[in-house]
Amino acid sequence: MASTPYASGVVAGRLAPSDYAANFADHAPPLDPHEARVAADRCYFCHDAPCITACPTSIDIPLFIRQIATGTPDAAARTIFQQNIFGGMCARVCPTENLCEGACVRMEAEGNPVEIGALQRFATDPMIARGEHPFTRAAATGKRVAVVGGGPAGLACAHRLAMKGHEVIVHEAREKLGGLNEYGIASYKAPGDFAQAEIDWLLRIGGITVRTASALGRGVTLDALLAEHDAVFLAIGLGGANALGIPGEDAPHVQNAVDFIARLRQTADKAALPIGRDVVVIGGGMTAVDAAVQSKLLGALNVTIVYRRGQDRMSASDVEQNHALTAGVRLITNAVPVEIRADGAVVFEYSVEGGSGSQRTGQTFALPADQVFKAIGQTLALPAGLMAEGRKLGAGHLGGRLWAGGDCAAGGEDLTVTAVAEGRDAAEAIHAALIG
Amino acid sequence: MADLSTTFIGIRSPNPFWLASAPPTDKEYNVRRAYEAGWGGVVWKTLGSEGPPVVNVNGPRYGVIHGADRRVLGINNIELITDRPLEVNLREIKSVKRDWKDRALVISLMVPCDEDSWKDILRRIEDTEADGVELNFGCPHGMAERGMGSAVGQVPEYIEMVTRWVKQYSRMPCIVKLTPNITDIRKPAEAAKRGGADAVSLINTVNSITSVDLDNFAPEPTIDGKGTHGGYCGPAVKPIALNMVAEIARSAATRGLPISGIGGVTTWRDAAEFMALGAGNVQVCTAAMTYGFKVVQEMISGLSQYMDEKGFASTADLVGRAVPNVTDWQFLNLNYVTKAQINQDLCISCGRCYAACEDTSHQAIAMSPDRVFTVKDEECVACNLCLDVCPVENCITMRELPKGTVDPRTGTVVGDYANWTTHPNNPAAKAAAE
Repeated sequence: MASTPYASGVVAGRLAPSDYAANFADHAPPLDPHEARVAADRCYFCHDAPCITACPTSIDIPLFIRQIATGTPDAAARTIFQQNIFGGMCARVCPTENLCEGACVRMEAEGNPVEIGALQRFATDPMIARGEHPFTRAAATGKRVAVVGGGPAGLACAHRLAMKGHEVIVHEAREKLGGLNEYGIASYKAPGDFAQAEIDWLLRIGGITVRTASALGRGVTLDALLAEHDAVFLAIGLGGANALGIPGEDAPHVQNAVDFIARLRQTADKAALPIGRDVVVIGGGMTAVDAAVQSKLLGALNVTIVYRRGQDRMSASDVEQNHALTAGVRLITNAVPVEIRADGAVVFEYSVEGGSGSQRTGQTFALPADQVFKAIGQTLALPAGLMAEGRKLGAGHLGGRLWAGGDCAAGGEDLTVTAVAEGRDAAEAIHAALIG
Repeated sequence: MADLSTTFIGIRSPNPFWLASAPPTDKEYNVRRAYEAGWGGVVWKTLGSEGPPVVNVNGPRYGVIHGADRRVLGINNIELITDRPLEVNLREIKSVKRDWKDRALVISLMVPCDEDSWKDILRRIEDTEADGVELNFGCPHGMAERGMGSAVGQVPEYIEMVTRWVKQYSRMPCIVKLTPNITDIRKPAEAAKRGGADAVSLINTVNSITSVDLDNFAPEPTIDGKGTHGGYCGPAVKPIALNMVAEIARSAATRGLPISGIGGVTTWRDAAEFMALGAGNVQVCTAAMTYGFKVVQEMISGLSQYMDEKGFASTADLVGRAVPNVTDWQFLNLNYVTKAQINQDLCISCGRCYAACEDTSHQAIAMSPDRVFTVKDEECVACNLCLDVCPVENCITMRELPKGTVDPRTGTVVGDYANWTTHPNNPAAKAAAE
């Protein structure tokens, strides 16, 4: 099929087949041993290191880097997995510039941190690739715990509970485990079906039973789970997407960015995915960037991210923003969507930020759009029988034999690494409650 | 621009940077290229007696110690003296010297410890027009097992005897190269002087095993599953060499004996340090083996800039300038009080100073919850460890307490110069007073 970059409308095969392969390859290839050695040698082995403090899972980063530098990457991997069983995925998707690498003292020294994320991948990839699980289960306790949600929080919790000898049943609403690792991460960040490979490896701990296509209100109820288990951990994520609330939003070319990203992840042949020539992404976070960049990689000619506030308020990190700009995405800030016209175009109104919030200016403009992706945040789909604290469930122990963690729970940023930390910590708390 | 030309025991060279007797100076091809790169002189790799040349191992000859990023800190070797026929070496030396009259060319020698052997080799090198000889009493491996090299250098009487023979049978200036594998470097230096040596050069390599292969359980470099001790050199041995040079330079018995400084000279600064401690010139090997002959160009430009900045017209202004300041511990001023201070603008908050002080020194650095590190003057003994481990240059410095101020650690007033010889805690001082 001839490539059709200039064709209007939403069409598949805009690029040559080789372009797809190149565009969706590993965007940050792994370090080779020499590169890893050079990178590891830059670590100062700080006292009470700021990078550890900055890591939501508190990985002992100076220790694992020293273990790499001294030629023992498997020991480094164990140091990482002890704190974060998703160390492999986190090495790929963590916004390290805001976390460990942002805190690295080398930033202060020369504005160039130790490549902690890349080194973590160097340490963890080989052990996962070999299918060698670093932990063994403790003796069976006879306790049973239900985990609702098979994303990073749920699986981190399940793994830690299984390690302690408990029997765990994971209920996952979708067909595959992984949550956002499987459905929400940009394809080029975890190519090669890494998310499933990592989960297969994680489950080798044993003692974890998986029930897919099973969710609260779909096959199981919270009351039944509580009745049949010694504890329940809720890690149901954020199932709903926020709406724009403007005329024309129901038009068929307007979609949630998370759905677009999920479909992209689940499509092996990217050339089969139709994409618009003119794409507009509304939002300012990592989801907006992932949707915009991948639109570009699928061959969209004009991709624009439009954010309602100033650029400094965008929750996408500088690195993410630069990634989008380098990919050729246009960024417009201080513009609020007001209407989606019948011809598909999105009308925006400029706003300025003043002392009492943003003020509309009355000045409008329209962007032609074959496709519009909404990326203005996700919301909790509150299960029946539960109370929300604000927009989310409470954090950690909800009372009785019920715990919650991950994106559905209050506290912490909505990051994979935060979800892992909350799942792990909930498991420790549940273990203490069951055994203590 | 400063004049770098030197005259060392009558041997002139355009700069004080000579290549030491070693693999880089093994043959005409190398030595010509070294001169072209700018080296002021060369000590030709050690010649042995006439006859079948020695043989080397056919496996690895070198072991290494790496710093961060595989930077070479030290190399050890088990190579022997030249393994090429004597006549070939002599022909090449003559050929090179004819074309490079302004450069120093010294021949290193090692023959069995008997008068005839030395008389013979000296006669054979006579018409090469080389500028001098260096007696290799230093190599600690291989040849030492045959009663040569460091086996001679470890016995002052032998040094004196052989040196005497050399001076008797040769008109050439004679440098005696010393081994560091002894307890007191002054003894072999004194012996060389008694034998009539014109100069000493030091240090030769340090006896060493650089590493152990943890799969084959053998020292490295490993030859068919076995290893042997070799000679260690490079930046790692520089502190050992500097001390030995200084000991000879300041000892009453050897003061004024010209010294050619060897041991880890890698930059102009290293060379300047050796010269300040009394070396008339320096010899280099590991830096050339690591970076190639071109490295001398930085040494030349660096030393030249430094001498200009200091207003030194010639290298003689630098040589020995630090010797008067090398003293015994007992003469150090015990009333010189300093305190570490941390420049908060330069500090990157790594906390290495804190870990070092808290865990292994005097608990004299405070750490705030927001990672600000400050020195507790009342605990600081000024040991310098914080400064040594700090990754940022000049972030931690030592501040001298002025005379008359109170040291918050001891509560005593900083007084005039006073040393251990008169200190009340010194039993010998009391005895003298009584």
